[in-house]
Amino acid sequence: MAFLKSFARNKGAVVGVVVLALVFVVAALADVIFPGTPWDMVAAPFMPPGEMDMLLGSDSLGRDVAAGIAHGARISLLVGAVSTVVALALGVSLGALAGYVGGVVDDLVMRFTEFFQTIPSFVLAILLVAIFTPTISSVVFAIAVVSWPPVARVVRAEFLSLRSREFVQAAEVLGKSRLSIVVGDILPNALSPIIVLSSLMVANAILLESALSFLGLGDPNLMTWGFLIGSGRSVIRLAWWMSVFPGVAIFLTVLALNLVGEGLSDALNPRLAGRRT
Amino acid sequence: MDPAKLPGFLAQRLVKAAIVVLAIVVCNFFLIHAAPGDPASVIAGQSGAADERFLQQLRTQFGLDQPLHVQLWIYVKGVLTLDLGFSHRQQMPVSTLIMDRLPATLLLTGAAFAFAITLGITLGTLAARRVGTWADSVITVLALTFYATPLFWVGLMLVLFFSVWLEWLPSFGMMSVGANLAGLALVLDVAKHLLLPALTLGLFYMAVYARLTRATMLEVADQDFVKTARAKGVPEGQVVRRHVLRNALLPVITFAGIQAGQLIGGSILVETVFAWPGIGRLAFEALLARDYPVLMGVFFATSVMVVLFNLLTDLLYAVVDPRVEVA
Repeated sequence: MAFLKSFARNKGAVVGVVVLALVFVVAALADVIFPGTPWDMVAAPFMPPGEMDMLLGSDSLGRDVAAGIAHGARISLLVGAVSTVVALALGVSLGALAGYVGGVVDDLVMRFTEFFQTIPSFVLAILLVAIFTPTISSVVFAIAVVSWPPVARVVRAEFLSLRSREFVQAAEVLGKSRLSIVVGDILPNALSPIIVLSSLMVANAILLESALSFLGLGDPNLMTWGFLIGSGRSVIRLAWWMSVFPGVAIFLTVLALNLVGEGLSDALNPRLAGRRT
Repeated sequence: MDPAKLPGFLAQRLVKAAIVVLAIVVCNFFLIHAAPGDPASVIAGQSGAADERFLQQLRTQFGLDQPLHVQLWIYVKGVLTLDLGFSHRQQMPVSTLIMDRLPATLLLTGAAFAFAITLGITLGTLAARRVGTWADSVITVLALTFYATPLFWVGLMLVLFFSVWLEWLPSFGMMSVGANLAGLALVLDVAKHLLLPALTLGLFYMAVYARLTRATMLEVADQDFVKTARAKGVPEGQVVRRHVLRNALLPVITFAGIQAGQLIGGSILVETVFAWPGIGRLAFEALLARDYPVLMGVFFATSVMVVLFNLLTDLLYAVVDPRVEVA
């Protein structure tokens, strides 16, 4: 209750939740509002918004842009969520290992993490998707591979400060196994920064996915926001609506996720609320 | 830092940079082998046109019939002598292709970076000095907006606004086609073409630097030495410039170094939108043709650029901040 109250105090976060809920509803009802596949030609090509019963116009092949955006919402949310889960699994395991074991292991894991933070991650993502052929799973994999380092760093820092606390020592004295201490005692206490980070990671993953499919690296069978913008790029002089509206969809979703992230951060770290930059 | 320690510091950073570069080469090598299908056809660029004799020749050249560690050695030796392979598609060595495109990318990322850091620090300073006023709010909202907008979409919207509707600026390329300009006219022409891409790439980082400068300036402004300076009667402008800003800039420099990789990654998208003839555009063309040697060459070249840039910021940091010790 106290959590909800302090979350609701942040106006931006409430707006973010509302926008995000709307995106969810559109994604869930895509098949009801726009039955059939979004690839179907339903009108004359290049119809401006409002004509022939199409709210957001039609594209170069007479497909409904609004239908594409609604169906694309599913892919964006799905890719954002799944790749974040994979990246969290990677980052939490590596960070926990480094922070709890320490010593040489810590050193090695951190050098590995630094390496991934140094290399141009977007170029690596492109390379990975291109080599493993563009499918939704290779896109998720590539996004996860380039998104885990911040998680590992945060988790490591939390573990470093928590592992010498009394409750951990107590658990050790009780004879609990290392694994059960890490998972059962330390991890629950390190959750709040992970939760805050994950909403920002979903936002970033959606941006990355849109960039990949803009470059033509999306799953060729799936309608995505980035693909819509990419196909509107060459005809922007003829049909501005083809690239404007999908971009607005990405912007609103990512902004909402960022706002929710700030609200979570305020609610979970009440001491820092209002001091954030 | 103590000047006597500088060579040691430099050597240590150089070794670190060399290890990163080597790791990237190894990473590339395993990617070739992780790709589905015959490594020889990956090296050939899966052009389809590669005939069996050519593939056989590649297999002997890269020792693909030998054990993995021998293959790795051959590959690393090749890359270290700047042999990045051959683009079967373009009938040119990959290193030549990349060197041809390098200046355009350096111009674009350099301009974007200069724009982002100058305007970002200025806006951040403004916001920090006027915390809570409308100027502060505007800057915070701008930062949030650019955080959430896809880079390539910003580019397209700028094209729509400035090229299609207002017809002020060109929307693609690096110079006017067939104009045969020279001297000052050429410089102006390139600058006109550069404006929109550099703006697109720079806006996001401007927002990042503005937020960071604002945050660190507020932090530094609370510290004792600033209060002391004020108490001594140092004029306000001088306190901000010499005491607060100078100390607040250090984290900004570090952050700029960390983000170099993202800046270069972003240039792939921007160059694609504006048909800017740099490495990013090369990568996009290679992507369409599934020309893997070129893609791997681009990955290698951009990584080296990032490593060099990090080396530069490390050095700058050590010179600016005497407290930095050789770790």
